[in-house]
Amino acid sequence: MEERRINVVVNGEPVSVDVEPRILLAHFLREIMGLTGTHIGCDTTNCGVCTVLVDGLPMKSCTMFAVMTDGHEVTTVEGLGMPSELHPIQQGFREEHGLQCGFCTPGMMLASKAILDENPNPTEEDVRWGLAGNLCRCTGYQNIVKAVLWAAEKMRSEGGAYVLGGRSRR
Amino acid sequence: MYPSRFHYEAPSTLDEAFEAIEAYGDEAKILAGGMSLIPLIKLRFAAPACIVDINNIPGLDYLEEESDGSLRIGALCRHRTLERSSLLRNNYPVMFATAPLIADPMVRNRGTLVGSICHADPQGDWASVMLSLGGEIIARNAEGRERSIPVSQFVVGPFQNSLQTGEIAVAAKVPPARGTRTGTYLKLERRVGDFATVGVAINLEMSGGTINRAGIALTGVGGNNIQCTSAEQSLAGKSLNASTIDQAARLAADAAQPKNDVRGSIEYKRHIVYTFVQRGLSSREARAA
Repeated sequence: MEERRINVVVNGEPVSVDVEPRILLAHFLREIMGLTGTHIGCDTTNCGVCTVLVDGLPMKSCTMFAVMTDGHEVTTVEGLGMPSELHPIQQGFREEHGLQCGFCTPGMMLASKAILDENPNPTEEDVRWGLAGNLCRCTGYQNIVKAVLWAAEKMRSEGGAYVLGGRSRR
Repeated sequence: MYPSRFHYEAPSTLDEAFEAIEAYGDEAKILAGGMSLIPLIKLRFAAPACIVDINNIPGLDYLEEESDGSLRIGALCRHRTLERSSLLRNNYPVMFATAPLIADPMVRNRGTLVGSICHADPQGDWASVMLSLGGEIIARNAEGRERSIPVSQFVVGPFQNSLQTGEIAVAAKVPPARGTRTGTYLKLERRVGDFATVGVAINLEMSGGTINRAGIALTGVGGNNIQCTSAEQSLAGKSLNASTIDQAARLAADAAQPKNDVRGSIEYKRHIVYTFVQRGLSSREARAA
């Protein structure tokens, strides 16, 4: 069985692992790294539930091979913030009730981070276009959009850039 | 879903990539964005023995105008880059209109225009856009020889392109405009990010109110992207007015070969083609040019 050594920075921590080339990034994160905050929804590149950040940009981890992240940085929801130290986006989802079952939430929050990184003061329409690839079967999106706008306001009012406070950073 | 096993190569030069595809021949597949290839492999519609990941090859991620006024789009230029390009906003309106309508933000962050055209999905938007612009694919072989293939001859059937074994599509090219470009891409989709129910690409190259070259192509209404040659010819040398616009829209609707399916009936889709061509040609920008 062919394996390949990859060097990836996962949530700020460099890791060096041998993986089979056919292992998807989503499986690598969940099963090898134990970061089960990354969910797998449709598994067919449609739903956005498996979204993670690769070099800061949201990507569908079910549609990338883990070997493709060799030399790159991956951020999962665990790297966004943990319960003891929530990222403003996570606080926004709590404050505005931006989730019901929670299955789409990790992907939603990482896609939201990319929206706010590029545009700290988005309109509601900007948020909706930015989340166009993330499906939610519960909420009707209304509170998700509110949560992102809540986070945008909080991050603007507090000024500075947020340091991601993930588990593997500590 | 786990894909079947494959050998993986991540070359850092094109020469190494050619070595890999030489060793595996038709069993090798080039991986750029992977937004079409990886789903196919997961569903086991495709099971290549070797995947050649070109993402680590420097010098393929570019979007630039050459000195002769043609535009070259490198094999690793992502939809994301096209969506944010001021060059496209100013000079390539049909491309600038298309980029934000490709799939969704995550797919646009990864997928590439060249890969999308190579994949040759009849529902693909970029092939229509390139047909309307008279675009070409640049194929390169192991000896470094490049040949230009007009997209009309590159996409030869559903999911079939005319690359030869041992060639890699390294870029797409748009020829210089004959005058000022106007145009747009209109896409009807059932929900955001869906494939087109109907897509219409319109590219006009005009000077002094006269159309030097018209490009009109359709997505989602046939077994391939359809170039509306009769509609294009009906506009050449003319100016835009109610009668020339109506004639071009009718000819384009005639060229469509839609099927009844979940996205709509034949009559409905033909009607949308007519409406979109008329709307695209009637835009203020087109009339002002």
